[in-house]
Amino acid sequence: MTTETLIWLIPLPPILAFFLIVLFTNRNKALSHTVAIGAALLSWLGAMIVFVRAIGTPDLGKTPFASFINWIPTADTWLKIGVQIDPFGAVTLFFVAWTVLMIFLYSVGYHNYGQPAGDHDHPGLPPHGATDEHGHQVPSVEPMYSRFFAFISLFAFGMFTLVVSDNLLTLFAGWEIMGLCSYLLIGFWYAKPSARAAAVKAFMTTRVGDVFMLLGIAFLYSATGSLSYRDIFQAQVLHTLASVPTPIFGLSAAGLIGLLLFIGTIGKSAQFPLHVWLPDAMEGPTPVSAMIHAATMVSAGVYMIIRMFPLISLDPKTMTVIAFIGTFTAIFAATIAVAQNDIKRVLAYSTISQLGFMVAALGTGAYVAAAFHLVTHAFFKALLFLGSGSVIHGMEHGVLHTGDHNVDPQNMFNMGGLRKKMPITFWTFLIGGFALSGFPLLTAGFWSKDEIFSGAFNNGHLIVFITLAVAAFLTAFYTMRQITLTFLGGPRTKEAEHAHETPWTMIAPLVVLAIFAIGYGWVGIPQDFLGLHLNPSWFHEFVGSTLAVMPAESPFSWIVFGTSLVVSLGGLFFGWLAYRNVSVPEQDKLQIPLLKNKYYFDELYNVVFIKPSYWFAETFVYQWVDKGLIDGVLHLFGKAANGIGSIIRNYFDLPVINRFFGDGTAHVTQWVGKNLRPIQSGRIQQYMLVSLIVLLAIAGLLYYLLVIV
Amino acid sequence: MTASQIFFLFVGLVILGSSLMVVTTRNLIHAALWLIVTLFGVAVLYAILNASFLAVVQVVVYIGAIAILFIFAVMLTRKDMRDSGPQLNNGWWLNVIISLLTFGGLFWMLQSWNGFSKAAADFPSNYDAVGQLGKALISPDAFVLPFEVASVLLLAALVGSVYIAFNRK
Amino acid sequence: MIPLSWYLILSAALFSIGLFGVLSRKNAVAILLGIELMLNAVNINLVSFWRYGDVSQMAGQVFAIIVFAVAASEVAVGLALVISVYRRRNTVIADELDLMKW
Repeated sequence: MTTETLIWLIPLPPILAFFLIVLFTNRNKALSHTVAIGAALLSWLGAMIVFVRAIGTPDLGKTPFASFINWIPTADTWLKIGVQIDPFGAVTLFFVAWTVLMIFLYSVGYHNYGQPAGDHDHPGLPPHGATDEHGHQVPSVEPMYSRFFAFISLFAFGMFTLVVSDNLLTLFAGWEIMGLCSYLLIGFWYAKPSARAAAVKAFMTTRVGDVFMLLGIAFLYSATGSLSYRDIFQAQVLHTLASVPTPIFGLSAAGLIGLLLFIGTIGKSAQFPLHVWLPDAMEGPTPVSAMIHAATMVSAGVYMIIRMFPLISLDPKTMTVIAFIGTFTAIFAATIAVAQNDIKRVLAYSTISQLGFMVAALGTGAYVAAAFHLVTHAFFKALLFLGSGSVIHGMEHGVLHTGDHNVDPQNMFNMGGLRKKMPITFWTFLIGGFALSGFPLLTAGFWSKDEIFSGAFNNGHLIVFITLAVAAFLTAFYTMRQITLTFLGGPRTKEAEHAHETPWTMIAPLVVLAIFAIGYGWVGIPQDFLGLHLNPSWFHEFVGSTLAVMPAESPFSWIVFGTSLVVSLGGLFFGWLAYRNVSVPEQDKLQIPLLKNKYYFDELYNVVFIKPSYWFAETFVYQWVDKGLIDGVLHLFGKAANGIGSIIRNYFDLPVINRFFGDGTAHVTQWVGKNLRPIQSGRIQQYMLVSLIVLLAIAGLLYYLLVIV
Repeated sequence: MTASQIFFLFVGLVILGSSLMVVTTRNLIHAALWLIVTLFGVAVLYAILNASFLAVVQVVVYIGAIAILFIFAVMLTRKDMRDSGPQLNNGWWLNVIISLLTFGGLFWMLQSWNGFSKAAADFPSNYDAVGQLGKALISPDAFVLPFEVASVLLLAALVGSVYIAFNRK
Repeated sequence: MIPLSWYLILSAALFSIGLFGVLSRKNAVAILLGIELMLNAVNINLVSFWRYGDVSQMAGQVFAIIVFAVAASEVAVGLALVISVYRRRNTVIADELDLMKW
């Protein structure tokens, strides 16, 4: 089978799984997860074959695996859609396939497959525990099990479509499908009001970004007449776009398009100011958080701007904006993360911060660094989320054991000492945490972060470099805080005492992802690391060849290396130091209200955007315009018709037609009859008198007529 | 003014005067008696007009039968022998006007007729008016049919009036 | 000699008086009296026209005889009716005999 055909087929199994589960296997849990995991496996297989072939193809950047068809006929040409795998696409396909498969497998254990059905479980609410035959409370299986697998299969389809497409139209289609699945999955437990609100918030916020992105796509299409990468990235086209000015902010056409597309990324990848949806999205089940909001969907935003780098990099103003927003987001989210107590919230803000790193890297022109961090971050963030899910499951065991449902199994201050209770989770989580912090040499995160630092430093963006360094310090700090509070020390609550390890379907993915979190970094070791003359970084050579002009590797800088070491090790050390004796939130000095409440941005948006929108919809449009104006006009018509009708009735129909003609005729007849009746009195003398008078009158008349005239 | 004219005027006055009394007296018996006087006057008038048979028939039939019949009827239809209350209707003045108008109208129409004032032709002597009348009444090419029909009419009136006035007990 | 007009005027006057009597009298019998007067007036007219026209034409007198017969029968029937009504309603005043009305 040719590679192109295989690439076309990669998104197919998940969408088939979706339809099969929805239509046929909905009732059967085992069959549903088999179909879903089977589909993920098939796509993974296809992706691996394509990846292997891609690695083995020289000059893949110049001649990517590509295939397209004519789809929409436009006036004199066709809008083409198709598939394309160039080097960047190949590495993306790799990590997407792996993380999707691991998370599908994890979901089986997470939703307690094999456990009895709950005592009072309700579809729409998280499972609440069941009583087994010994009277113990055990975790219960998720009532909407098949639905979950259907949705994540649909999501996988969306992501694969986005990765393999060769044009912005199908990329946008995949983007929107993932947005839909994000909504469906955040609101998976739809009976919880907080989940519903979070789902709507996520959808609405990303929609704001999507509108601008669509504008950018439309502008691009109208300027170039095509949406395919191969047509847009031709030198002539890029040159034209770069030289045409637009009236907005003095940007060139390329810059404006780039800016508009970037706004889509701001929404999708939760950059400032559209970051507010991602922490709330933690209402969804943990596999959802791992897949959508760590590894794949939010990565799609960064993937898109990395893909459009040749276009975006044409305008320095746009690049500055991108760098600024990325850097600001990185430090902003990191400061919030240090004050969060929910284990998943910390990771959410961490995700925002790391995406900021990637965006900043791209803004400074470090194409390969951004791509590298994208890949490594997907692995270790997915690992961390799945690990946190495992921790939460363990805590829930404890909650079911003690029966105290007021204890929040997600609050880190209720945990502690889980190192001994859940060892595999601990070690994998530790690996992930170190990767996130950039622990030197051993973890993938170190190598990718180092690349970003070099890129910023060597391209002269010193402010970006320093800010990112501070953000990295905070990253290591809060990561160690999280690990210390969760795993180290002693159990702070009874629930933590009774936690125990989770089943193999949840452990195995953690292990696999941990391997990648460690090993993947080594494919990107820079050539002149530490002054040694090593082989050129495979990753840099491979992914860099996607661009028309291979970017140069950043030269090694001791300053950068030193900074990386200091911030990561220092952050880890201080984090451990500060929190090893903390057991209650009151002892945590960093529980500053400003940070805990996320700088009050949610409240600000509520006042500035949400409330006015509601007012506009409910009061202005509904009450005033719809009910008042439009219904008023209609009522006016009704009243006018009514009025005209009653006027006609009261002033014409009743008096004229009824009384005058109708009753009038009757009355006149009656009146005439009544008044003529006495003529017939029965008295003959009267009759004679009358007839005589008439006779005389007629005689006179005749005489007059016949004689005189 | 010749003697006949004076005589005529006298008879005329009698007739008109008695007829006025007929229509104005309260007492109905008196009215019937005045009617007899009027009828007498009319008979005299017939005699002046050389219609001798009619004069006699007038006395015999009209006075002898009809007027008597009237008196009988008056007697049979009285609650008591005295008449009380006015005998004329309320609107009698209008009736006066009508009558005058009728008279006036008749007079006016008649006087425009050119034969209005013609004189009487001499009555031929030896003219057997009665005999001729008898012949006319029974001759088939004259007036026997009306004569017979009149007798049938009288029969019908006889039977009818007997039947109507019959007092069934 | 007596002109025809005198007879005609006389009969017209008699007729009018009879008419007045018919219209104005309350008693039903008195009304019939008035009718008799009118019929007599007609007879006077007929006979005077016979006399002042062609005497050999007996039509005038015959007509007058027929009028006699008719008057007689009419009076007979009329009075029979009045008597019958009197027996029923105990009145002969014409205004009270008004059943033939609306």
